[in-house]
Amino acid sequence: MTDQTQEIRMQVMWNRLISVVEEQAMTLLRTAFSTSVREAGDLSAGVFDPQGRMLAQAVTGTPGHVNTMAEAVLHFIAEIGRQNMFPGDTYVTNDPWKGTGHLHDITMVSPSFKGDRLVGFFACTAHVVDVGGRGFGADGKSVYEEGIQIPIMKFAERGVVNADLIRILRANVREANQVVGDFYSLAACNDVGHQRLIAMMEEIGLPNLNQLGDFIFSRTRAATLERIAALPRGAWVNTMITDGYDQPVKLQATVETRDGTVNVDLTGTDGISRWGINVPIIYTKAYACYAMKCVVAPDIPNNWASLEPFTVSSPENILNAPFPAPVSLRHVFGHMVPDLVLGALAQALPGKILAEGAGALWNIHMSVKPTTPGGQRAEILMFNSGGMGARPEADGLSATAFPSGVMTMPIEATEHTGPVVIWRKELRPDSGGDGQYRGGLGQIIEIEPAKGHMMDFSAMFDRIGPAPRGRDGGQAGANGVAMLDDGTKLRPKGWQHLPEGRRLVLHLPGGGGYGDPENRSPEARADDLSKGYVTK
Amino acid sequence: MTLSIRLGADIGGTFTDIALEVGDRIFSTKVLTNYSAPEQAILDGMDAVLAEAGLGYGELQIVIHGTTLATNALIERRGAKVAFLTTEGFRDVIEMRTESRFDQYDLNLRLPAPLVPREDRFPIGGRIGASGAELAPLDEAALRALVSVVSQGGYGAVAIGFIHSYLNPDHERRARDFLATCGLPISISSEVSPQMREYERFNTVCANAYVRPQMASYLDRLQERLKERGARCPVFMIHSGGGLVSVDTAAEFPVRLVESGPAGGAIFAADVARRFGLDKVVSYDMGGTTAKICLIEDYAPKTARSFEVARTTRFAKGSGMPISIPVIEMIEIGAGGGSLAWVDPMGRIQTGPESAASEPGPACYQRGGTRPAITDADLILSKLDPDNFAGGAIKLSTANAASAIAAHVGDRLGLSPQSAAFGICEVVDENMANAARVHAVENGKNISDNIMVAFGGAAPLHAARLCEKLGIDQCLVPPGAGVGSAIGFLKAPFGYEALASRIIGLSAFDPAAFNGLVDGLKETARRFVAQGTSGTILCETVAFMRYRGQGWEIPVPLPDRPLTAADAGLIRDRFRTAYARFFGRAIDGLDGQGAGLEIEIVTLSVKAADERSAPTPVTLTTGTRSAPAAQLRDVFDPATGADLPTAIVTRDSLAAGDRVAGPAIVVERETSTVVTSPFDVVKQPDGSLLILRKGA
Repeated sequence: MTDQTQEIRMQVMWNRLISVVEEQAMTLLRTAFSTSVREAGDLSAGVFDPQGRMLAQAVTGTPGHVNTMAEAVLHFIAEIGRQNMFPGDTYVTNDPWKGTGHLHDITMVSPSFKGDRLVGFFACTAHVVDVGGRGFGADGKSVYEEGIQIPIMKFAERGVVNADLIRILRANVREANQVVGDFYSLAACNDVGHQRLIAMMEEIGLPNLNQLGDFIFSRTRAATLERIAALPRGAWVNTMITDGYDQPVKLQATVETRDGTVNVDLTGTDGISRWGINVPIIYTKAYACYAMKCVVAPDIPNNWASLEPFTVSSPENILNAPFPAPVSLRHVFGHMVPDLVLGALAQALPGKILAEGAGALWNIHMSVKPTTPGGQRAEILMFNSGGMGARPEADGLSATAFPSGVMTMPIEATEHTGPVVIWRKELRPDSGGDGQYRGGLGQIIEIEPAKGHMMDFSAMFDRIGPAPRGRDGGQAGANGVAMLDDGTKLRPKGWQHLPEGRRLVLHLPGGGGYGDPENRSPEARADDLSKGYVTK
Repeated sequence: MTLSIRLGADIGGTFTDIALEVGDRIFSTKVLTNYSAPEQAILDGMDAVLAEAGLGYGELQIVIHGTTLATNALIERRGAKVAFLTTEGFRDVIEMRTESRFDQYDLNLRLPAPLVPREDRFPIGGRIGASGAELAPLDEAALRALVSVVSQGGYGAVAIGFIHSYLNPDHERRARDFLATCGLPISISSEVSPQMREYERFNTVCANAYVRPQMASYLDRLQERLKERGARCPVFMIHSGGGLVSVDTAAEFPVRLVESGPAGGAIFAADVARRFGLDKVVSYDMGGTTAKICLIEDYAPKTARSFEVARTTRFAKGSGMPISIPVIEMIEIGAGGGSLAWVDPMGRIQTGPESAASEPGPACYQRGGTRPAITDADLILSKLDPDNFAGGAIKLSTANAASAIAAHVGDRLGLSPQSAAFGICEVVDENMANAARVHAVENGKNISDNIMVAFGGAAPLHAARLCEKLGIDQCLVPPGAGVGSAIGFLKAPFGYEALASRIIGLSAFDPAAFNGLVDGLKETARRFVAQGTSGTILCETVAFMRYRGQGWEIPVPLPDRPLTAADAGLIRDRFRTAYARFFGRAIDGLDGQGAGLEIEIVTLSVKAADERSAPTPVTLTTGTRSAPAAQLRDVFDPATGADLPTAIVTRDSLAAGDRVAGPAIVVERETSTVVTSPFDVVKQPDGSLLILRKGA
């Protein structure tokens, strides 16, 4: 009975640990100032053992943090050093190569002490409103232009906040109050996790997390390896052309299944860009792993053991850009990585993988300024999604984020944030690729500065050139369009200007179709027409 | 004073519960819900309780009714064909939702279809801006042309939802006037749900229109049938916020009836809290398919401004639809007596959300169920008496329960049936504990500061273990818990909550405009309440506030008097205190850098309710004498992990003040109250059982 009771107690504690990190993440969600965190769930939170191995992670809106955070903690342990860690400490960085890929993401790690014994770490990451530099956009030529860099250091020691860091931060960022507010929110969310963990350990009488960690790791590793063993053996190659900043960029991936691992190799991908669209490998790896997990082990929770079998290798290129490459918009290409990997997996698992979709979110950062006295300045960020690819047994989802898991914001809230008018935000007919199953529709958005205002905006768009491809005979979705209402074409990336009285018009890409259009049922076609998803 | 004769009727998914209050006596019954003629079940139940009480329909003074019919219509998509008029450029708001997936890893995810399909959504030119000013005039020609389309389109109802109408309802009202000649019921979003956020508001107005014809006809029929039987009393409806509204209001705003049954349960628990004078209570209601947890402070259940109904996938957050109306806030998880246990790929025991329901039921019911449910595990752990379940109505098979648990859980994990049953109970209890803990945190509370009130058939079996996990020292199990919601209806005040979204920065606080807004809300709320009562009406004003730039607002109670410019400081202080309670500390001026962040009000709420007379108080007793156990049986105890000799006593055999040392099981007709080893149990003067931590 004792062994059996022990088994059950372990299971219950694992559940509790997952609840602890969900609570940690929720605290951050509710206190954050950054729009992308509070409205869109762009954050992550997790708990680690003293060796820095991730035990559990909250499910949030960002696969991009899946294992970036897992690796970040190891850097913190190495650089701070165990001998310099004390109860009440919190450590911080926004190093793109040691954190989550760009300066806007702040990662905080806090040691968790039970008495004077180190029992684990809590880590969290969130996207803050501003980090200075050129602002959120692709125009930097190196990471030095993209904002303030905070190397791994102490945000707080024994509960006392590093006042010098805060002063330097305030001097370097726009919206300093909100940025500093978010730093405190991050630290507070780790505190919540720490308090819950210690309460759990005291309730159960647990001196450390060793035994629980072994239990979690052995269970998830076994389940993950079982899934990998069931995959066919081989190597499959896929390439994809994307917009880039000023010229198309080729991405290439080779997915190879081996004994107990699946590797994605990115040899063949184009070289480093001069613009801020490069991706540190840690972020590429997160999205590659996410795609593989969706197919291979969607129901197995993320932790050190379940992520370890998925590996990524790459020579230096746009998906493995070293310091000091500019990386501000690393999410655009990061979001393309799942379609790239899924295209290779589709050859290994025919009939199982959805068609390509819009991929990257169509984010837009607007910097609104008055043209006459008495107006208002405002910084506004919007998230918008095109269509997902059709699935082997269903139409694609219209205007739905994938691979990102973020939510859009209400336009009523956006219009309260600053002087803009959103005239239109609705589905884009005829944008889903035809097929036995139709690709999801993109959407059309029209934005105008409010009377007496103009704006500069940072474009973060893709799939304006090559459209999302169909699969197994399905046709491509519609490619994207970015223009002014007078027909002037705009660039997919970089800062651009919108004068007073003009509207910005965005047509977001639709998803690719799946299967031969000949096989689409007449009922589905009639329904498409009556709803106006298709007009001809 | 004449005897009060009041009747509560709660139509639930499986049962229709009737509770008749005659003075201080309660007569109650449960009858099966009748889906084709819901009013018939009510009348059958009323016949039974009135006969038992020796009364006739004519003697009833009030009938209070709550129903899941509106919820069911939304879940089963059995509503009217609705024409939805919306702002040009925003035809697809209710279809595009939040543009996200509720499950990150499921590539074959299906999203629920919008309530109104695209062909029935009609964009109309005209635009109100974020300041409430008109940016583009209403397209009257388009509206005129639409009249015949809607009249001849086979529609049953019309919904109108325009951008920023919560600030300026002019376009919505004018559009309603144009459509009036169609002869259809018209719902406008600025009346149904005047809150910012277009997806939630539009979906709410569509839901209102969708259930309106059906609910209106049902309410007509019910009143008609009651009259036929001689009832002369008024009928009032319980709404999701836990108050009473007239049938006319209910017919106009039927979306406010969604989730009214669970609201009754929370009011029931709030009444228990008031009688015992407990200012911090967590109610725990566990039935056949779900468990519901609600926080009750100062005898009032927590309320929220929106919730999600009709979840399509495993109770997953985001798989349903948002309804923005005032609601008693509770967390509901797929954990009931019928919830099924299974083993996941990591060899972890999981419970629910799939349920064995009443057919085939748990394996031990012997009605063909072969998969193990929570009730099977409870039986194997000797928490239930197989010969005396539901008053002996259902004979339970321990052998069936053991073989189902072995086949689906025990054998896979190498656990004995008893260990596996322990595992199943531990997992379901842990899930409920986690949900309760997180719910408390979401509301800035600490769960262990509360006293639990447990009701519903399965709650008393699990409450003590839940208290162990949550660090709660006391739990009350009131009598009559089986029809808690219907009894709760009888305790509900006449109440209405009016809301308005208005962004007001405290640095530019304008008391005159603010007072005008609050007065308008008060008038609206009082008007609804005055339909049901001539008593004193009390108002409570709450501002939902945040630091400018944040997206989550916290409730801050305001004084019930006109405010002056100087009160901006008072509001700021109250906000900072509330913020610190939720999130640890207020964050403006944290590092001494001047004024710091702007604090703003986003939504104002005024709750009006009539004053209730206080119930007869009961003093909580921790026991005056220890009652010996008549019988001892070995029962598995989760805290010690051992089989312990456990006192078995019947609830009726205990007198007020009797204290029985745990571990113990108190058995009664409907269920059993399990008292684990860290607790004792004390019978209260009103018949309740108090589970009390030893030494506390």
